[in-house]
Amino acid sequence: MNNTDRNILSEIASAFGDNAILYHQLTKDDTPTIWIEKNSLVKVLQHLKNGISEPYKMLFDLTGIDERTRTHLNGQPKCDFTVVYHLTSFERNEDIRIKVPLKENDLQLPTITNVWESANWYEREVYDMFGIDFTGHPKLTRILMPRSWKGFPLRKEHPARATELAPYVLTETMRDEEEADLKFNPAEYRMETKSEDSDFMFLNIGPQHPGTHGLLRLIVQLHGEDIVDIIPDIGFHHRGAEKMGERQSWHTYIPYTDRIDYLSGVINNHAYLLSVEKLAGIKIPERADVIRIMMSELFRIASHLVWIGTFAQDMGQMSPVFYAFNDRERVFDIVSAITGGRMHPSWFRIGGVAHDLPDGWEKLVQSFVDYFPKRLKEYDKLIIKNSIFKARTVGIGVYTTEEAIEWGITGSGLRATGYNWDYRRKRPYSRYEDFDFEIPLGKNGDCYDRAIVRMEEMRQSLRIVQQCINNMPAGHYKSDHPLTVPPRKEKTMQDIETLINHFVNVSWGPVIPVGEAMVPIEGAKGINGYYLISDGSTSSYRSRIRTPSFPHMQMLPFISKGYTIPDLLSILGAMDFVLADLDR
Amino acid sequence: MNYLLIIGITLFVVLSIAAGLIWIERRLLSVWQDRLGPNRVGPFGLFQVIADTIKLFFKEDWVPPFSDKPVFILAPGILMVTILLTFAVIPFAPDFYVFDSNIGILFFLGNSSLGVYSIVLGGWASNNKYSFIGAMRASAQMLTYEVFMGLSLMGVVMMADSFSFRAIVEAQKDCWFIIPQFFGFVVFFIAGVAETHRLPFDIPEAEGELIAGYHSEYSGMKFGMFFVGEYLGVTLISAIIATLFFGGWLGPSFLPPAFWFFLKTFFFIFVFILLRASLPRPRYDQLMSLGWKLLLPLALLNILITGAVLLFLK
Repeated sequence: MNNTDRNILSEIASAFGDNAILYHQLTKDDTPTIWIEKNSLVKVLQHLKNGISEPYKMLFDLTGIDERTRTHLNGQPKCDFTVVYHLTSFERNEDIRIKVPLKENDLQLPTITNVWESANWYEREVYDMFGIDFTGHPKLTRILMPRSWKGFPLRKEHPARATELAPYVLTETMRDEEEADLKFNPAEYRMETKSEDSDFMFLNIGPQHPGTHGLLRLIVQLHGEDIVDIIPDIGFHHRGAEKMGERQSWHTYIPYTDRIDYLSGVINNHAYLLSVEKLAGIKIPERADVIRIMMSELFRIASHLVWIGTFAQDMGQMSPVFYAFNDRERVFDIVSAITGGRMHPSWFRIGGVAHDLPDGWEKLVQSFVDYFPKRLKEYDKLIIKNSIFKARTVGIGVYTTEEAIEWGITGSGLRATGYNWDYRRKRPYSRYEDFDFEIPLGKNGDCYDRAIVRMEEMRQSLRIVQQCINNMPAGHYKSDHPLTVPPRKEKTMQDIETLINHFVNVSWGPVIPVGEAMVPIEGAKGINGYYLISDGSTSSYRSRIRTPSFPHMQMLPFISKGYTIPDLLSILGAMDFVLADLDR
Repeated sequence: MNYLLIIGITLFVVLSIAAGLIWIERRLLSVWQDRLGPNRVGPFGLFQVIADTIKLFFKEDWVPPFSDKPVFILAPGILMVTILLTFAVIPFAPDFYVFDSNIGILFFLGNSSLGVYSIVLGGWASNNKYSFIGAMRASAQMLTYEVFMGLSLMGVVMMADSFSFRAIVEAQKDCWFIIPQFFGFVVFFIAGVAETHRLPFDIPEAEGELIAGYHSEYSGMKFGMFFVGEYLGVTLISAIIATLFFGGWLGPSFLPPAFWFFLKTFFFIFVFILLRASLPRPRYDQLMSLGWKLLLPLALLNILITGAVLLFLK
């Protein structure tokens, strides 16, 4: 228990009495984790958000855990389900996790949508996945699964594979029912169908639409071309990534993470593995860390390139997308030379990376670092400084820092409002503290500022890559910890201990020690984190993926009201979301 | 020369150019976008045009059951007819034109106004929300640019003292009108881009927002007519710019007049394609405020100054 830990606990205890905290859980990531009664939940969260100095302003994550088959309870209160509230305080640079135990015969707890509006989707997700009822929620319906789905997928008794179910048959009546389910009924959302002088139009944008970058459905209520309201309908890209985490071994889950934010490849590996390594207590050799940083920054550039190209495309500009994809291909040339893969190399490993860097990598990376600034200048001239582009983005989709924090916006979207918050600086991981780079900031929090922040981020990433080339440390690319997968080979044939570890880690997969941890990192689109719970087995007990696109998309109706359809495209383009990241 | 023959030749030339533009545009765009473009069918991919045409003819020509059928079928035809009719008054060479109307410019303006009906009716009859929004945008856009499009040409008419395209070309013997009528040219060029619904003013189509706008529901050869109609429109506006501001067929006499005319026309066609390759699309209200607040006053001022100067010179 460290100091800040004690502080916040005593603050809660002094406000609500010593009995308010049911249990203080120790987690591997040192985030204060407390259990409270559901009756005091709203009061405590209210207090943490508004009642204390240096408050916890952001609802970072909200999720559930099915506790029924957990074997290592370590003294935590006995319950069937837990709902976890993860809050962030920017002033303290501290997180707090609040857990509420629930019994199976009373799966109810009060909604917190009146404390954080952004809790809306998260509570729907918990309801969707666990069947937990949030009383007072404005519209508690399924969010990721189709409405006709039977059962709650993240409950332990729900099958994880299609082969555990009867073969799927889609009859004609089923098809008609599914179609009817998707029909939009304004009355269901208590939406007006007309104003005083005219009827509203309900325009169904998506799930197949050139402007949505994937399977996203937006039901837009229009007055002329002015947006009155938007109902985002998500889940078309849901693949049950969290459920898969409970079946895959800790090692074989790595390739699934690549495909969460599928534009930023190894950055996802990074987020996942930092949490696993925190649980396992593995220290990473310096060389492995710097390799990881270099690859992550290259992928950050690749992801931002897709964003700038498609953003310009959304504005009607045809050409930049080709230039950007060409440059991205150059990044992938480097990635494939180093890792053998392109978009999803799945190249990081528990305890390090898969191989050492190949001979001549410096030359390859250096040639890109020399080439790219010139191209960035071209993008600046072609897109950012174009007056039509400015007319389409300046003053569009504006939000303030307070609103961003209220809605859980992170990454470039938060920095565009002028708030300096980047985990690479604020909570440095993998030795980011040793690197010299700046955090670009915007001012007005509009689409244009989001664009210039990302453009500048590419330059800063390039600086980091240059420093990686100049200062690549010697040493091993993999830790010598026994849980490293696959383990170092040097001593395998001489030492029985190492041989056993090797055998176990490769055949069953590593057994990660019991505990809970989450190490959020600065992904390409915002803060990405894996909240992992190990029950001392070869796969995780619960893998919660906190992705940035989810809260970002939730904010869309709030920032789009009053603008027009073309502005909606600017706002979506500037948001930089990925559907796989949104629906997981 | 036989009238029918001239009409035949004009139609053949114009339609070949429009069809050829499919290939030209795709190749030019790909050159500017670091890629190859269609290069597989025939030499340099030239037969791509034929392949595309055959494909369009054989595609299912689907008329949506929820549409207003007669109007839906009629709409693409209006576009083709109005544009092709306008080519009748454009002189390719001093003695090669279908007819020399003494109200040529008015004929062109009238036809271009009618052409918008094609888009509005097509979008309306499709009975699809995206098409409907596209049609609404098209009519708003038309109201804006039609006004200053006509006014921007009045300076030329005053200087040539005629509405006839032939007389206007002949009036440029000493000096192309691009010099005295520079502002008229700028305003007309912008209006022309809006008229053809090309990027950056493809607002009724706006593929990122409205899928394909007013022609979302069209397929087969009906779509093909909108498609070729767009290229015909580009050719037409380029030919008119060449005729009214760049001396039409006038040029050094070592090459035939028609050569100069087509050279100038193609130059502007390329400019159209270059615009498409490089610019993003403004919002429709931005185009409208640009039209009413900047281009309309500019066109009026142009008439005022041209008139004053002409009076002074008399």
